[in-house]
Amino acid sequence: MRDLTPTGLTQASGIKGGIGESTLRPDGTLKVTGEFAYASDLWHEDMLWGVTLRSPHAHARIRSLGVAEALATPGVHAVLTHADLPAATRYGLEIEDTPVLADGVVRHHGEPVALVAADHPETARRAAAKIHVDYETLPVITDEASATAPGAPVLHPGRTDEHAPHVPHPNIVHRQPIVRGDVSAVKDRADVIVTGEYEVGMQDQAFLGPESGLAVPAEDGGVDLYIATQWLHADLRQIAPVLGLPEDKVRMTLSGVGGAFGGREDLSMQAHACLLALRTGRPVKMVYNRFESFFGHVHRHPAKLRYEHGATRDGDLLYVTARIVLDGGAYASSSPAVVGNAASLAVGPYVVDHVDVEAIALYTNNPPCGAMRGFGAVQACFAYEAQMDKLAAALGMDPVEFRRRNAMAQGAVMPTGQVVDSPAPVAELLRRVKAMPLPPARQWESAGGAADVRALPGGLSNTTHGESVVRGVGYAVGIKNVGFSEGFDDYSTARVRLEAVGGEAVATVHTAMAEVGQGGVTVHAQIARTELGVARVTIHPADTRVGSAGSTSASRQTYVTGGAVKHVCELVREKVLELARARFGTYHPAWATAELLLEDGKVVTDGGEVLATLVDVLEGEAVEAEDEWRHRPTRPFDRRTGQGFGHVQYSFAAHRAVVEVDTELGLVKVVELACAQDVGKALNPLSVTGQIQGGTTQGLGLAVMEEIVVDPVTAKVRNPSFTDYLIPTILDTPAIPVDVLELADDHAPYGLRGVGEAPTLSSTPAVVAAIRQATGLALTRVPVRPEHLTGT
Amino acid sequence: MRVTFTVNGRTQRADDVWEGESLLYVLRERLGLAGSKNACEQGECGSCTVRLDGVPVCACLVAAGQAEGREVETVEGLADRATGELSVVQQAFVDSGAVQCGFCTPGLLVAADDLLRQRPDPSDADIREALSGNLCRCTGYEKILDAVRLAAARTGEAD
Amino acid sequence: MDFLRPAAWEEALAAKAAHPTAVPIAGGTDVMVEINFDHRRPAHLLDLTRIGELHEWDEDGPDIRLGAAVPYARILDELRTPLPGLALAAHTVGSPQIRNRGSVGGNLGAASPAGDSHPPLLAAGAVVEAESVRGTRLIPVEEFYTGVKRNALAPDELIRAVRVRKATGPQQFSKVGTRNAMVIAVCALGIALHPDSRTVRTGIGSAAPTPVRARAAEDFLASVLDEEGLWESGRPIAPSAVRQFAELCSGACNPIDDVRGSARYRRHAVGVMARRTLGWVWQTYTRGEGEARCA
Repeated sequence: MRDLTPTGLTQASGIKGGIGESTLRPDGTLKVTGEFAYASDLWHEDMLWGVTLRSPHAHARIRSLGVAEALATPGVHAVLTHADLPAATRYGLEIEDTPVLADGVVRHHGEPVALVAADHPETARRAAAKIHVDYETLPVITDEASATAPGAPVLHPGRTDEHAPHVPHPNIVHRQPIVRGDVSAVKDRADVIVTGEYEVGMQDQAFLGPESGLAVPAEDGGVDLYIATQWLHADLRQIAPVLGLPEDKVRMTLSGVGGAFGGREDLSMQAHACLLALRTGRPVKMVYNRFESFFGHVHRHPAKLRYEHGATRDGDLLYVTARIVLDGGAYASSSPAVVGNAASLAVGPYVVDHVDVEAIALYTNNPPCGAMRGFGAVQACFAYEAQMDKLAAALGMDPVEFRRRNAMAQGAVMPTGQVVDSPAPVAELLRRVKAMPLPPARQWESAGGAADVRALPGGLSNTTHGESVVRGVGYAVGIKNVGFSEGFDDYSTARVRLEAVGGEAVATVHTAMAEVGQGGVTVHAQIARTELGVARVTIHPADTRVGSAGSTSASRQTYVTGGAVKHVCELVREKVLELARARFGTYHPAWATAELLLEDGKVVTDGGEVLATLVDVLEGEAVEAEDEWRHRPTRPFDRRTGQGFGHVQYSFAAHRAVVEVDTELGLVKVVELACAQDVGKALNPLSVTGQIQGGTTQGLGLAVMEEIVVDPVTAKVRNPSFTDYLIPTILDTPAIPVDVLELADDHAPYGLRGVGEAPTLSSTPAVVAAIRQATGLALTRVPVRPEHLTGT
Repeated sequence: MRVTFTVNGRTQRADDVWEGESLLYVLRERLGLAGSKNACEQGECGSCTVRLDGVPVCACLVAAGQAEGREVETVEGLADRATGELSVVQQAFVDSGAVQCGFCTPGLLVAADDLLRQRPDPSDADIREALSGNLCRCTGYEKILDAVRLAAARTGEAD
Repeated sequence: MDFLRPAAWEEALAAKAAHPTAVPIAGGTDVMVEINFDHRRPAHLLDLTRIGELHEWDEDGPDIRLGAAVPYARILDELRTPLPGLALAAHTVGSPQIRNRGSVGGNLGAASPAGDSHPPLLAAGAVVEAESVRGTRLIPVEEFYTGVKRNALAPDELIRAVRVRKATGPQQFSKVGTRNAMVIAVCALGIALHPDSRTVRTGIGSAAPTPVRARAAEDFLASVLDEEGLWESGRPIAPSAVRQFAELCSGACNPIDDVRGSARYRRHAVGVMARRTLGWVWQTYTRGEGEARCA
């Protein structure tokens, strides 16, 4: 049996191992030996398996629910429906609109209706199949027209959320206008006007580790939940009321997380497993399979975007108008924040004085959509970068030069009125990415003359030996906010302990940060080494015994939890020096007069004189501190004008894509996807390039293959599997050269800038721009399908 | 039913196996060998790659009963059994930053290990083809390529 | 569910006769997916992996007699010369892991129109050896596919082997998928030149309820090659004839719109693949013939 609580990750580093170095992951060895315990790997004596019965319909009334036959199945220990819920029946990240189990109505395909716990997953599945549900199907809402049509069913009647009084229709979750300058006043000064309508399909996070967790009932009537999530405390805040328990009786520990990308920000099986465990008095494990995973988490909002850009003949942007319609699906999830991002970043990293933007998110009967890497900004970037290319073409200008001419820089004013008060090297990133050497042409041609199909569009499928293959090159740049915005109290908590163990000073860092693969654990150890001058650092397992670390999302963890670790290390350092002064201060005048530092396990003066070892200082005493740390406050956007200091930090990346397109078959091979990104300060350069390459590849996937296909008539998901929801393989992914720029943001710890999301933005439009260049087609929708390229 | 087979050189037995269970389920849930991962259970991701009688396969697509009497090698068998020292490929994955969330890693390691046994000095195209059945969602594969190149180079130096 | 593990072919036939609904499983690449995702719960699984002869192939006159469970990886390694079309198709099946398990017998048993081995079998010419306790039937592969995921097997029959005609001329296979590896065919096409009989054969996958031959295209091309003496001369085929061949291949399709592709695209892509693969095989043929003529 595996220990349910992960071991702390201890790493001693031979080199200094502080920030700025490519130290290796402390969990790397466990992950390559197969010992690292992911949530789906957990096992407990006497445990039961939980399964979920889900709705086959996108919108239906449940006339009746019969569980007797299921409950009578041998090996079945519990069957739960809405009627069995002990306390709160709804939850939600921002708006509590999501039923724990369907309450008489299902609003999307795959909505949870009932739960079964049994002694084997197959027993549970067979029993779930015996639950009799009588559905009366209802008309489905699938888009803006059907959501706001006269007489359209209101999916969430009686809304009381903060956005409800301000939306034009109850099926609109949130609406955010951004109005700056006076578009109508300058319109007639535009020499060139381009308009465009764009569409972004529904992308899935497709993290590889499926939703899973293990709930263990405790003797005190509470429950211990071992779980793969992005934000332990947000889960806790939502789960405890559903269980009818105080938060201190719901103890959560982070298990190994197999990727997240936003898809674990909402609850999946967390409350379900706890409910089953509390009902049966037995530990309950739930593991989704890939089919269920597609129904078990929110997706990236599909979007329809209408843009108009006006520019002078010299190539200066005059105005931008945009209307962005995001499909939030059946429940709100993080739709309001996605709207805020899409609206406030709708213009991109460009200086435009006259802006009129409106973004809305809909309630529909489509699958719920919420957080995915770069949310809101990804959709807008695809559209505004297409517009920039279109404008450049209309002006007869080079697309990169046109962008550079209009690029924002530090001091620029966003359409929200916010002054960008840290480096914004947009033009420089474009210059760098353009300056990289281009990959050689016709790489499929081998010395022997035979074509290497692996280097051609179609790959191993042997569709072309070079026929109709045309190269294209495209550029794009994007802007993403870092951290939670719009006045959210975005803080993190850290607890740091310094003690002497076995003749060595050891720091222990305890946060509730969800390590989902991004490498936060690596960076926290580096920060502790830098601040405390120790070699050995233990990263305590993340749990709810320490305060919230906020979400592992919005590119925020290194900034905010990293900031908290840094801050608390500083507190510990002060305490250590206080202790040291008390113990040794009389022995040397420097204790009183010099600036003291902790380096290499010693207290040293700023002149380098060693005053004491940490082991001597800490003898018999551990020094510990805990505190919250928050970035500078932001402000909500004005509901009518969108003006406000809404974002704490911006991050920028630019891409150049080189593609080869089989123009007759409409198949695409991305040959190279070069990226330049400003990261402020690379705390771990190896992790930084890994984030950039990974984000870039997810953008590639959205460009050419990834889409959850929802039937427009039934609102049912048509491809919930890895057979038909395709993500890039290693043969689809090109070389990704990365050029990292480090221009410090003085407001952020170490000057760092959140890294994770920006590369996901510009990757997609760069690939599509390259395909446009190769084919001459307009291509207004992603993913680009062979049908779009062949007119079929 | 009862299933008996060899895993990483040791005979293992599982009782009360439901006939529809996969080798993957038996390894993970009955033998406590959870290194092989359950990412798709449809042969489309390679996270459960193990060697079955020396051949890399998706353990999720092998019926438990088909493993009867066979030899299975999993990621848990890659490191040195006596010393725990990582194999060359494992160490290269750690050193190259090829591991992020790590869920794809065990399957990739088994596939890469097999590639290097067949071809000690693979070209980039060979590496890509050999690993084309293993999805990774975090890394964009660049550092996985680095890792396999590094493992090949280190093996070459050692020879 | 019962798990039947016959150790010999006769035992397998007896088991299938006793349990006609038993689902044969070899590589498991289709059956296990259905079980894992709760799409299928057969009363019996009939494991064929212990029957050695199903994993063997041998030469049998003009044919390769390919055991039903020979995995694609071995076809790729060992049968590239006699069965070039099938070897090319084998290379596009799933992933390396899948190619180590999946087999032509499995593809035939599942009878999915998207199965990668169907087009080259149709193009090469193949006969399915179906056997039961009642005896052996030899079913031409064209007659084997009877509908979407339906085949000509009787409930008590198992596929013993496939007899595939050895290549006497160049063969090609091409498949469209929306990913560069590990992808199910949106549509696929196989072509084989048979200089010995002066015929051309084709096979099209995923573009009709069953895999199909484009017979009109085959007949048209054969008559062009014949009438213009191209088999002998090795001269290029007139572009207009190539175009017509491609159109006739498209015309043989009866595709549907689904999540993998539109019907229109499938028809279009089959035409493109027909034109290209014909170009490739003809180039190979004329190069080979040219050398022969020079010698």
